[in-house]
Amino acid sequence: MSTFLGLPARRGLRGTSPEPALRGLRGSRPEPVHAPRGVGHLRGSEDFPAAARRALSDTQLRRNLGKATATIRAKRAAVVGELPDWEELRSAGQAIKAETMANLGGYLEQLEAAVTARGGTVHWARDAIEANNIVTRLVQAAGATEVVKVKSLATDEIGLNDALAAAGITASETDLAELIVQLGHDRPSHILVPAIHRNRAEIRDIFVAEMGDADPALTDDPVALAEAARRHLRRKFLSATVGISGANFAVAETGTLCVVESEGNGRMCVTLPRTLITVMGIEKVIPRWADLAVFLQLLPRSSTGERMNPYTSMWTGVTPGDGPQSVHLVLLDNGRTAALADPVGRAALHCIRCSACLNVCPVYERTGGHAYGSVYPGPIGAVLSPQLTGVEDNASLPYASSLCGACYQACPVKIDIPTLLVHLRARHIELQRGARRVPSAEAITMAAASWVMADPGRFAGAQAASRSGRLLGRRGTISALPPPLAAWTRARDAPVPPAQTFRQWWHSQHRDDAEPGPSSQADRDAQ
Amino acid sequence: MSARDEMLARISAAVGPVSAHSGETSAQSRQVSAGDLAGETAARYRTRGELSGPALLDLLVGRLTDYRALVDRATPVTLADQISAALRRRKARRVVVPPALGLPLPDFVTATRDTPPFLSPAELDAFDGVITRAAVAVAETGTIVLDGSPDQGRRAISLVPDYHLCVVEAGQVVHLVPEAVDWLAAGRPLTWISGPSATSDIELERVEGVHGPRTLEVVLVSA
Repeated sequence: MSTFLGLPARRGLRGTSPEPALRGLRGSRPEPVHAPRGVGHLRGSEDFPAAARRALSDTQLRRNLGKATATIRAKRAAVVGELPDWEELRSAGQAIKAETMANLGGYLEQLEAAVTARGGTVHWARDAIEANNIVTRLVQAAGATEVVKVKSLATDEIGLNDALAAAGITASETDLAELIVQLGHDRPSHILVPAIHRNRAEIRDIFVAEMGDADPALTDDPVALAEAARRHLRRKFLSATVGISGANFAVAETGTLCVVESEGNGRMCVTLPRTLITVMGIEKVIPRWADLAVFLQLLPRSSTGERMNPYTSMWTGVTPGDGPQSVHLVLLDNGRTAALADPVGRAALHCIRCSACLNVCPVYERTGGHAYGSVYPGPIGAVLSPQLTGVEDNASLPYASSLCGACYQACPVKIDIPTLLVHLRARHIELQRGARRVPSAEAITMAAASWVMADPGRFAGAQAASRSGRLLGRRGTISALPPPLAAWTRARDAPVPPAQTFRQWWHSQHRDDAEPGPSSQADRDAQ
Repeated sequence: MSARDEMLARISAAVGPVSAHSGETSAQSRQVSAGDLAGETAARYRTRGELSGPALLDLLVGRLTDYRALVDRATPVTLADQISAALRRRKARRVVVPPALGLPLPDFVTATRDTPPFLSPAELDAFDGVITRAAVAVAETGTIVLDGSPDQGRRAISLVPDYHLCVVEAGQVVHLVPEAVDWLAAGRPLTWISGPSATSDIELERVEGVHGPRTLEVVLVSA
C-alpha cells in the first residue's frame, strides 16, 4: 500500500493496535534523535530577538534586503500568474510530499536499489558527523585535496567545508553567491541568494581583496563581477577530480538525481569530475518519475521567478563514457526523523527550498537571514530548524513571526507554516511547563489580563493607568518596560499608549449620541 | 545496528511500519501510486497542452527569445544556409560535434567529432563552439532538453564551449513540462536548458553568461 491516503489510514490502524497505549512510556518507542550540537550550522550563537535587534539597526542591510525581496516578489507573481493550473500544481505537490513522508522508508529503499543497480553507491548517515566522515573518506579515497562544490544547503547544514578543511581538503564553492559568502568569510543569509545582504559595491570589494586573481580595476557592474567569477573558477572546474553536490529531487522509481541551477556551475560539478558525491536529506526523495513534472513547474517559478531555471541536470547512477564514473549518494538524517515523528511538524519536511516564503515575510525582509542563526532562515527555517535541533535549542525561532500567513499563501507545496509556528510554540511552552515548578511570567500575565478584561470597569481602569506609560516613552516606543512586563519588551518595543483610549475618543466625538456600550442600538444592530 | 538499519527503524517508529515497497516491482508500485494520486489531484493539473502547429512554435520562439536565446527559423531546404550563417556571424571556425550529428556543415568550419577516448575538458575549452541536436523542447518554458543520444553527445561537449548551436525539429516541440517528462527516458543523463547560463545573485539582477555557454542559439526547423 503506497497511497497518499495511506497516512491517515495508517494512523487509524495504529489507533486500534495495542501500541498507542504504550506511547509516551519511556522505552516503548525510540526517542527522536536530533541533529547533534557542536557541528554544522543549525544553531545561532544568540537567540532571535538579540540577533534581530542588531540586524535592524543595519540600514545598509535593510536597504539591500528591501530592494531584493521586492524585485523577486514581482517576478514570482508575474510567472505564477501565467499558469492557469497553479493551484492544482500546488495541491499535487502537497499530495506527493505527504505521500512520500507516509512511506519514507519504502521510498528510500527503492531509491537505494535503483541507484545501486545503475552503478552508484548509497551511504546512510545518521547525523552531520557521520555524513562528514563519509564524504571525507570518499574524497581521500579518490586521492583529491581539492573539491568543487555546487551550492547545497544540506552540506552547509552539516558544516562539510569545515570538516574537509580539518582533513586538509580545500572545498571551493562555485555558485556566485556562495563564492561571495566564502570569500567574504561570511554566512549565507537566504536560501536562494545567499549573498542577498551584500550590494554590488560590497561584492566588488570582496572580490578585489580576496579572490587573488581579480583585476584591481574591477568595476561593480554585475556583468563584470560575473565575468571575474567565471575566470576565477574556470581552471578549478577543468581540473577538478571530485565534485560535491546536493540534490533537489531524487526519484525512487528510477534512481535519478536532479540538480536545479542557473549558472552552469552545477553542470560543471556533476559532469566534469571523475568522482561525484551527492549529499541529500532523506526528505528529498520523490516517488515517481512523473512527479518531476509537478516540481519542475513549482520550483523555478517560486524560487527565482522564472518559467524555468537555465539549467537542470539529471543523472541516474553511472553512465559509461559520460560524466563521473564513480557516483555516490549520502542519505542524511540529522534530525529529520525527529521532525517526521511529529504528525503536525512533519509538514516542514515537504519544503522544496524555493525561498518564496522568505521573500514575502515581513519579519525576514527586515531582519535578513543571519538573525535566524541557521542555514534555514525565514518562515520555513523557523519551523524546520527547531525540529531538527530539538525545540529547546532554537526556542526563539517559532516566535519570529507575526503569523500574517503570507508564507502559507506563497508556499508551492502549501505548507501551513503559521499553524506549524503555533504548534511549535505550544511544544515549547509544554517543555517549559515540564521544566518549571512555578508558573511562568507569561502564564501569570495572561491570567492577570484575563481577569482585567473580564470586567468593563477593571478594563477602563487599566487603560487609564496605561496612559501614564506616556511618561516613559520616547519617539513613540518604549524599549524597556519594568518587570513583570519586561519579558514583553525584551523581544519587541512597546508602542507608547495613546493619549486617549478609543472609548474616550468615541465619547468625545459622540457627546450627543447614546452612550456607546452593550446597550446601544448601534451595537445591537451590529450583532 | 548499521546506520541504514537505524535510520529505517527511526522512520518506522515515526510514521508506522514501512509499506511493502521493496518487495514490489517498480511497475507495480507505479501503477498503485499513480492510480491513487490521479484520483486525488494528479488529473487536475494540465498534462496535455492545447497548442499545436504554428502557434506552438511561435510560443517556443517567444519564450526562448524572452530568456535571451538567439533563435533562427529554418525549413529543411534552408537549414544548411541557416547553420552556415549562424556560424559565420559567431566567427566560429573550430567546433566540436557529437558522434552522429547528421547535419550539413559549411566548408569554413573544422568539426571535431567527440568519440572515444573522448576530448578532455581542457581540449573542449579550446573550441569556438558546439553544435548539437535536442531530444525535446518545451514551448511554455522555452526549454530544450538534451538526453545524450548520439546526435547530442556527452554532457561535457555542450557545457564547456562558450557557444552552443542547437538544432530543434518542429516535431520535437511539446507545449507543457509534463509532456516532456512523459516523453523522456529516466535512465539517460538529461540536461534541461532554458536560455544561456545566467545568475541573479547580485541584487537579483539577471546577468546572462556565467559558467555555461554564454550564447545559446536555437535553429528551429519546420516545413
